[in-house]
Amino acid sequence: MKAEPAVGLSALHDKRGWLALGVLTLLSCVLVPVLNLAVPASSPIHVPDYLVALFGKFLCYGIVALAIDLIWGFTGILSLGHGVFFALGGYAMGMYLMLSIGAQGVYKSALPDFMVFLDWKELPWFWRGFDNLSVALIAALLVPGLLAFAFGYFAFRSRIRGVYFSLITQALTFALMLLFFRNETGFGGNNGLTDFKSLYGYDLHEPSTKVVLYLLSALGLLFTYLLCRYIVTSKAGRVLRAIRDAESRAMFVGFNPISYKLFAWTLSAVLCGLAGALYVPQVGIINPGEMLPANSIEMAIWVAVGGRGTLFGAIGGAFLVNGMRSFFTAAMPNAWLYLLGSLFIGVTLFFRDGVAGAVGRIKRKS
Amino acid sequence: MTRIRLFQFAKWLRFALPIIALSALLAIAKVARADQLSEDLAGLASADASEVSAAIVKAANRGDARALPALQALDAGTLRYDTLKRLLIKSESGAMSDALTGAATTAQGKVEEPASDNEVRRALSPALASLSLSAPSVAVRLKAARDLGRPSDEIVPILRKILAKETDAEVKTALSLALAPADLASEKPADRIRALEAIVAAADATFKSDVERLTSKGSDGKYVEPEPSVRSAAVAAVSAIETRQFLINSVGNTFYGLSLGSVLILCALGLAITFGLMGVINMAHGEMMMIGAYTSFVVQNFFIAHLPAHLDWYVAVAVPAAFIVSGAVGVLMERTVIRHLYARPLETLLATWGISLLLIQTVRLIFGAQNVTVANPSWLSGGVEILPQVVLTYSRLAVIAFSVVVMLFVWALMQKTRLGLEVRAVTQNRAMAAAMGISTRRVDMWTFGIGSGVAGLGGVALSQLGNVGPELGQGYIVDSFMVVVLGGVGKLAGTIAGGLGLGLVNKYLEPLAGAVLGKIFILGFIIVFIQRRPQGIFALKGRAAEVS
Repeated sequence: MKAEPAVGLSALHDKRGWLALGVLTLLSCVLVPVLNLAVPASSPIHVPDYLVALFGKFLCYGIVALAIDLIWGFTGILSLGHGVFFALGGYAMGMYLMLSIGAQGVYKSALPDFMVFLDWKELPWFWRGFDNLSVALIAALLVPGLLAFAFGYFAFRSRIRGVYFSLITQALTFALMLLFFRNETGFGGNNGLTDFKSLYGYDLHEPSTKVVLYLLSALGLLFTYLLCRYIVTSKAGRVLRAIRDAESRAMFVGFNPISYKLFAWTLSAVLCGLAGALYVPQVGIINPGEMLPANSIEMAIWVAVGGRGTLFGAIGGAFLVNGMRSFFTAAMPNAWLYLLGSLFIGVTLFFRDGVAGAVGRIKRKS
Repeated sequence: MTRIRLFQFAKWLRFALPIIALSALLAIAKVARADQLSEDLAGLASADASEVSAAIVKAANRGDARALPALQALDAGTLRYDTLKRLLIKSESGAMSDALTGAATTAQGKVEEPASDNEVRRALSPALASLSLSAPSVAVRLKAARDLGRPSDEIVPILRKILAKETDAEVKTALSLALAPADLASEKPADRIRALEAIVAAADATFKSDVERLTSKGSDGKYVEPEPSVRSAAVAAVSAIETRQFLINSVGNTFYGLSLGSVLILCALGLAITFGLMGVINMAHGEMMMIGAYTSFVVQNFFIAHLPAHLDWYVAVAVPAAFIVSGAVGVLMERTVIRHLYARPLETLLATWGISLLLIQTVRLIFGAQNVTVANPSWLSGGVEILPQVVLTYSRLAVIAFSVVVMLFVWALMQKTRLGLEVRAVTQNRAMAAAMGISTRRVDMWTFGIGSGVAGLGGVALSQLGNVGPELGQGYIVDSFMVVVLGGVGKLAGTIAGGLGLGLVNKYLEPLAGAVLGKIFILGFIIVFIQRRPQGIFALKGRAAEVS
């Protein structure tokens, strides 16, 4: 316990914390691009293009993990539907990328290929304006935010809590997934949006574009981390934790849990939208599969593995689980589901505070 | 003396002769007819398709129903002929019978199949229709008339002739219904009215667009149908069709909704009880259904391998087996994982999700990722047709009845047994129940096992309705959670109302809005509903409401 609360940036971390953050940022933002672009492909330390895209993906997952940590680790609300917000952000970006293909598609039409295929004559109204990158980016943040706000407003107002809330978020992602699977919804049905060519005039298949996207994701993660860190160390962050630990008491002390929860919940969704928007140009496809209930539950397990309520742990958990997934699905596909399942059980049974907690325990002992 | 005798003989002869002559004539005629028939059909025993089709036309024109078996066999591809050019019908077992007399026989020499081409097939269907429609048996004629479908133009005149001769009222209706499309296009208003009357009587939806065309105006602003009386008959026919259609849809939707609801109830019962008891949601509950379904698959295979004579009764073994297997897995889960997560419901969600992944992958490795088929026992296949086009399949009826039995079982367990009493006590107040000497841990374990066992029973029910695959449970889990949310916890009545409501609403919305929009609508409804009644349809009162 500190005698007096620190102010400004120094409140976020002590000196060692800032140093560690700076080193990590430098490592990821300088080392990977240099090893990819400047080192010849024959060299053993060369980072191939596919790894850059993979790391970029992981960075986006890191943003999602932070968003979930904010709402679950610090506010105590387990969402089993964050995949929806992620996918909505991704779809907003995908719509821009789709329209920027222009007439280079298979059917040589200004309309996206799937619309030509469905025999549509003009863009649906909700696609208008998405040929502008800033509109698409704003939508990527706004649409998940608005959906989360409306959903959260009704859910929190009627004091839906705990398991009930988790189940309803799962139903939300399930219902939206079914909706997006339909061709009539206007987002490409089960194929989703794909075959992207360029982003803001830059060819998406160029290694340099990939590195830039990677850097943007890294910056996005850094920004998200600092934002979340700022929030959880602020007074509002303390109220969030009070709500997590004893909602009724926080209410009786005079705080309105609904507005605090709604704030954290909406912000969390917006951050997921950001992650989705950064994710889609790097993987080159967005489809309703991202909204599978299983995906959203897995997002929660990243945070649980890394350690809830630690932010850093959440990012680490996202990297760790997805790293293992990349390795095992290639090397031992049958073992992966066993490993993932055991991870779910093991983390909840034996490592409640995840890797971050275990590291902390070892530190305290030494 | 001799004169008298001669006289008497002559007298006898006077009476007898005409009779003898007549019977002789009849015999000759009979032989002649049979001969003519076999002469007609002789062309069938040919490798030349044009001879075959000529024979078909001849037989049809003769109108002798005894030619039917041969033509039907030709249609089914079982007609053969041997070196003696005798027509034979080959049965499934390979035995031959004479196509004309039906007597069993053996083929002489080489057996061949008559030639067939498009012309043969074109000639065959009108021939079959007209021959079976002039068969002496009313049942055969009725079946033939109903099987006609939409007759092609060349049959229509034949059918008109047959209809004029027909005496049976039912066959007449069926025939005029078959003729209705042709009659509707007829020049004579009387024909059109007759067709419309037949359509009204049958209220057959296949004619809807034809009839609606009559009531509409053409592009020149005039009615397609010039005769006002025909028009009003057409309007009546449309409304008759629509009424029938509505009836059929309602009955069908209610039936499918009830059977879906029954399955949902079987799945949600265990969820609701354990949620009320321990405050945990078991995400692997759907996998208990999957295990139950695979258990019935295994039992079925065991019967096929070891007790093929009693295969029909495998379900009777599968039901207890599934209950025990799923229940045992549930108890194991409770003892190893869930008990250590008590009072941490959110983490239980994740841990049980992990268990479901393990179970799915294990089943996938044992049985393969492909769906397996569990066949209905013979007494469950088929169904009753309560209305034309509305068949209540026995398997779905059995599922509904089965879930009623299971509900009664669970109700009796909860209300009439010591365990049920303890479950209710722990649900209301765990600490107080423990203080009264109830072993809450033991109650948890048994309840979890029974809840999982009931889900396993749901799996047996599902195995009778469709394919069984490793991801079977995943399809039902979101819906059954919604049942729990809708029905509230720890209340049997709430679960039943929630399950049936969800099942029925689902099936009623599907044709109106499509399956997907229906689901979204239901989700919206549940969110709005919870605004008003946060604890489900049948709210728990008092302190119990604060526990979860």
